[in-house]
Amino acid sequence: MLGFSRAQAGGFAAMVALIALAPTVLYPVFLMKVLCFALFACAFNLLIGYVGLLSFGHAAYFGMGSYVAAWVAKNWGLSAELSILLGGLTGAGLGAAFGWLAIRRSGIYFSMITLALAQMVYFFCVQAPFTGGEDGIQQVPRAPLFGVIPMRSDMAMYWMVAAVFLLGFLLIHRIVHSPFGQVMKAIRENEPRAISLGYRTDDYKWMAFVLSTFLAGIAGGTKALVFGIATLTDVEWTMHGQVVLMSLVGGLGTVFGPAAGALILTAMENYLARFGDWVTITQGTIFVLCVLAFRRGLVGELGGMLRLEL
Amino acid sequence: MIMIFGKPLLLLYGQLTLGLINGAFYALLSLGLAIIFGMLNIINFAHGALFMLGAFVAWALLNYLGIGYWPALLLAPIIVGIFGVVLERTLINKLYKLDHLYGLLLTFGCALIIEGLARNAFGSSGMPYTIPAVLSRPLDLGFMMLPAYRAWVVVAAAVVCLATWLVIEKTPLGSTLRAATENAALVQAFGVNVPRMLTLTYGAGAALAAFAGVLAAPIYSVNPNMGSNFIITVFAVVVIGGMGSILGSIVTGFGLGIIEGLTKVYYPQASSTVIFVVMAIVLLARPAGLFGRA
Repeated sequence: MLGFSRAQAGGFAAMVALIALAPTVLYPVFLMKVLCFALFACAFNLLIGYVGLLSFGHAAYFGMGSYVAAWVAKNWGLSAELSILLGGLTGAGLGAAFGWLAIRRSGIYFSMITLALAQMVYFFCVQAPFTGGEDGIQQVPRAPLFGVIPMRSDMAMYWMVAAVFLLGFLLIHRIVHSPFGQVMKAIRENEPRAISLGYRTDDYKWMAFVLSTFLAGIAGGTKALVFGIATLTDVEWTMHGQVVLMSLVGGLGTVFGPAAGALILTAMENYLARFGDWVTITQGTIFVLCVLAFRRGLVGELGGMLRLEL
Repeated sequence: MIMIFGKPLLLLYGQLTLGLINGAFYALLSLGLAIIFGMLNIINFAHGALFMLGAFVAWALLNYLGIGYWPALLLAPIIVGIFGVVLERTLINKLYKLDHLYGLLLTFGCALIIEGLARNAFGSSGMPYTIPAVLSRPLDLGFMMLPAYRAWVVVAAAVVCLATWLVIEKTPLGSTLRAATENAALVQAFGVNVPRMLTLTYGAGAALAAFAGVLAAPIYSVNPNMGSNFIITVFAVVVIGGMGSILGSIVTGFGLGIIEGLTKVYYPQASSTVIFVVMAIVLLARPAGLFGRA
């Protein structure tokens, strides 16, 4: 089912068990942050890992999803799942427009265009009245799920976030292992050949971009509800780098890598937060080390050692 | 008061000069990016950090060693250029056989490290750098008062850009460089030391960024974030111009600065986004960029 290999099914079971047991040991708010970023990184990995497109502006979709979810939850009093869904649709809408522009160029230009368009979103968010500028949208209520199940306690929220992450994770896995996913991988390996076989690769790339930005928006919306706040940090250029780094540390194009990377980097950030700028310096160093020595990432290296596709 | 399309002429002149200055920086930075990309096939995300480093070196030379603006204009690019050479020798040259995207990721990491260290040492608030005495007085052009320093920045940037263009297009060194861009293996077969050329190209690109940084120091305050704010806009400039032509990136840089200045006069809300909108339009009409080859 879902195209899991035996090792991947084992890995998935372990991940579910970990998610279920972790709140007994660790602080649920921290875990929710990890899960939101894990979904974000998985969404990003869908593009870089399976289509070979490096989007360097993915925080724009995450951040806009977060702003819109926060805004509708606060001002319209929408329920949790609707707010998050609207966040996802915002990401997808923006992704549809930006993706349509960006796929006109390939390779490194694609990365630069996505980065530049994301910077435009940042400037928009600084100026637009609805985002609250430097203050952001604060005191977003944790709206009840389906309008009835209260979400005030951290544990209730945690189970919802876990469900959102797992659904997103399974959706990505399903996409990758569908016929559509096979074409995506064909484009990654050899685009001219995919074209010669009759695939309209631009359409496939665009569709993958929209799916990825949809899930990024969902992740952003969920994060806004967890923390009750949506701010400019979510759309800043440093955030683009963070999601790239998470996927890179975990392993680009691996199933579990991005989630593992999100866990490692969020933990590192929490631990190093009191050292101020050393977070940035450490992140930069990890970037350099990963590119020079561990291009397959942690999970990729592990899978290589065990001869498994994780 | 003379009005143009409902705006005072003096306001228009003022914003046009500011636009030209921004354009001068866009031109210098995108020129360096284009040269590095042409030779090394790497998009140098650290370019903004090197620009910032140039400004900091100038500031440090003044405050620690008492070396003023004019020597710094020469010394800072040399120091940062040497730093660039070291960076290329130790890190970047490991990437030539890999996919382009790793170059972007590595230099992004370098940018984070350099900026983080600068913030750690100097804080993120800016430090002032005084305009050299000769250039501190405004020039009376008859129709407007132009701060002399601003005129100097535009002229200096234009001269350096043109000099770089001349070196690349009209000298034997430049022709070897262009040949190596086309086909490095063949040029190496003729006995040219291509790896050394790659190193020096990166060093020269870094020096150009540092030169822009020194020029910028008295205008913007010297602060660790000054580069990253610029570099993303410069990426858009590079996409608009296309990286195929040196002259193209100079023209695009100045042109977009002017467009930005005009937007500040007529529709200020869009002034920070106008370059990205132009990029979107260019992508629709001419995906390869204005001067690029498809």
